[in-house]
Amino acid sequence: MAQHAAKGARFQAVTANRLSDGEVVYWAADNRWVEGFSEAEIADGADAAEALLARAMPADFEAYVLEPYLFEVLEDASFYKPASVRETIRAAGPTVRLDLGKQAGA
Amino acid sequence: MYRYDEFDHKLVADRVDQFRGQVERRVSGALTEDQFKPLRLMNGVYLQLHAYMLRVAIPYGTLRSEQMRMLAHIARKYDRGYGHFTTRQNIQYNWPALDQIPDLLDELASVEMHAIQTSGNCIRNVTSDQYAGAINDEIEDPRIISEIIRQWSTFHPEFTYLPRKFKIAVTGHVNDRAAIKLHDIGIVVKQNDAGEVGYEVHVGGGQGRTPFVAKKMNAFVPKAKLLAYLEAVMRVYNMLGRRDNSYKARIKILVHETGEDEMRRLVEAEFAKIDASQMLTVPQEEIDRISAYFAPPAFETLPADSDGFTKAQTADADFARFVRANVVAHKQAGYAIVNISLKPIGGVPGDATDAQMDVIADLAEHYSLDEVRVTHEQNLVLPHVQLDDLKTVYDVLAANQLATANLGLISDQIACPGLDYCNLANARSIPLAQEISERFADLDRQYDIGELKIKISGCINACGHHHVGHIGILGVDKKGTEFYQISLGGAADENAAIGQITGRAFTEEDIVDAIETVVTTYTDLRTDGERFIDTYNRVGMEPFKERLYD
Repeated sequence: MAQHAAKGARFQAVTANRLSDGEVVYWAADNRWVEGFSEAEIADGADAAEALLARAMPADFEAYVLEPYLFEVLEDASFYKPASVRETIRAAGPTVRLDLGKQAGA
Repeated sequence: MYRYDEFDHKLVADRVDQFRGQVERRVSGALTEDQFKPLRLMNGVYLQLHAYMLRVAIPYGTLRSEQMRMLAHIARKYDRGYGHFTTRQNIQYNWPALDQIPDLLDELASVEMHAIQTSGNCIRNVTSDQYAGAINDEIEDPRIISEIIRQWSTFHPEFTYLPRKFKIAVTGHVNDRAAIKLHDIGIVVKQNDAGEVGYEVHVGGGQGRTPFVAKKMNAFVPKAKLLAYLEAVMRVYNMLGRRDNSYKARIKILVHETGEDEMRRLVEAEFAKIDASQMLTVPQEEIDRISAYFAPPAFETLPADSDGFTKAQTADADFARFVRANVVAHKQAGYAIVNISLKPIGGVPGDATDAQMDVIADLAEHYSLDEVRVTHEQNLVLPHVQLDDLKTVYDVLAANQLATANLGLISDQIACPGLDYCNLANARSIPLAQEISERFADLDRQYDIGELKIKISGCINACGHHHVGHIGILGVDKKGTEFYQISLGGAADENAAIGQITGRAFTEEDIVDAIETVVTTYTDLRTDGERFIDTYNRVGMEPFKERLYD
């Protein structure tokens, strides 16, 4: 999944899928997996990103999630958003079914 | 239709129990994901963008009504109220929870269905002609040999860890509706000069990043020896197929790199050894036993015409258009084959809701001798409908948004799930299919354009069959932005061909206009009666390129 962490990206977050149901989750500042991208901890710089990924992958991480990885986020005015179409869709749900995924409850 | 015997029931039940234990051990932490992943894949469980995805096998695309009803029930109980019919005649559920999948599989097993070998590097679901047993001029119902192949290939110990996945398709008709030449092995039922039924075997077809049309490896394999021949092909592939590079591991690459003649020599040598042992010679009584399951159903003796049917077309123009586009002549007098398009204007190709699946199950039970078929073009079929019942069936379909009269037309597109769902995709496919469908929504215009097959893939893996679309569209990613590349001239039928790329890709904003340009170029250039593919084959790529890029 390393391809999702763009080289030279300044801001990055960590995402994975939850083991029990595959739900998209993000690593939050209080060291837990959360469902909403808005709660994801954002790392500024490559070193901070690696440290963030390391915190998200303690020895027992596989008991909770699958395949955590870094992905690029962009700073847009006062908030962050995923940089790629792929991560934008993961954070919201299928663009062809607005009644499904996280966007359905928004 | 085939019914499970005691061995089938036990085999599937045991597999569900085994998978239940594997899921429990994964959830408890006793198995790591690296250990569990190959096990879940062997049971059809993928991880996609938003959730797990379960792929359920529909052998040779044939369902009984109770099975379709179960698929609806599973969509309702374990998923989000819909399923997606695929280009391999399977169904995929996009949202099942891992810990509920064993219960789901238990319910599937109760109607003789499963998800075994719908993933992984093994022999996958055998696909076939959706009109099997219903169409005129069929040499033999292709589901007979498909079922024999299914039984041979299920849990075949020698072919559980192949270099890559392996797909087999069968047609019993001269008109290939199963895209057999784009499969690892494609089989055509043939009759020789002595009147004996056997099989023409094509090997090494496929799409993906390196598309090939299969090579004819043997013109006539006798019926009893087909499994021995297939085993020989598989054994050569298993021994010599590349395992160092997954992109070069399919049998199409082996055939290409080895050469057709040498591949044939290797297969024939292996075939001779297996044949001499007679270990895989299928006994006639077993062929007869399987054939009996596919004996023609209890057709009534009916007149070839129906006054009521004729009058209903006169009275209802929409029904008449449906008949023109979606209804095909049946081999039995007084019956018809009814195609149900899962491509409503602006809809998601291949998707059906639980309620729609229930409706189709009811129609199959009451009006189609209990049968439904799934097509590789992501539509459904009621194969045996009496002419007298056609208007009633149509009315029910229309009331449930299932009567779009567009079979084989520009809005009847294949589209993979693309970046809306798929972990491998680079670009979205479905929204593009929806936009094209809406652009060409006018049915009269679609009829004027005539047969035109658009096929859309969201990545080079080509699940949307873009290589063999009359117009193919491939989604590509350029620095995080979606672009779409057009190819022209592909075909998936008996004249299978790989399309040629027109040139540089188009942006999301420009691609539908580009498709419109291709279509108007065709309508400007066509002669009377020429389909798109005929005109393309006559005039070639240049006129289309000029209009697209000048």
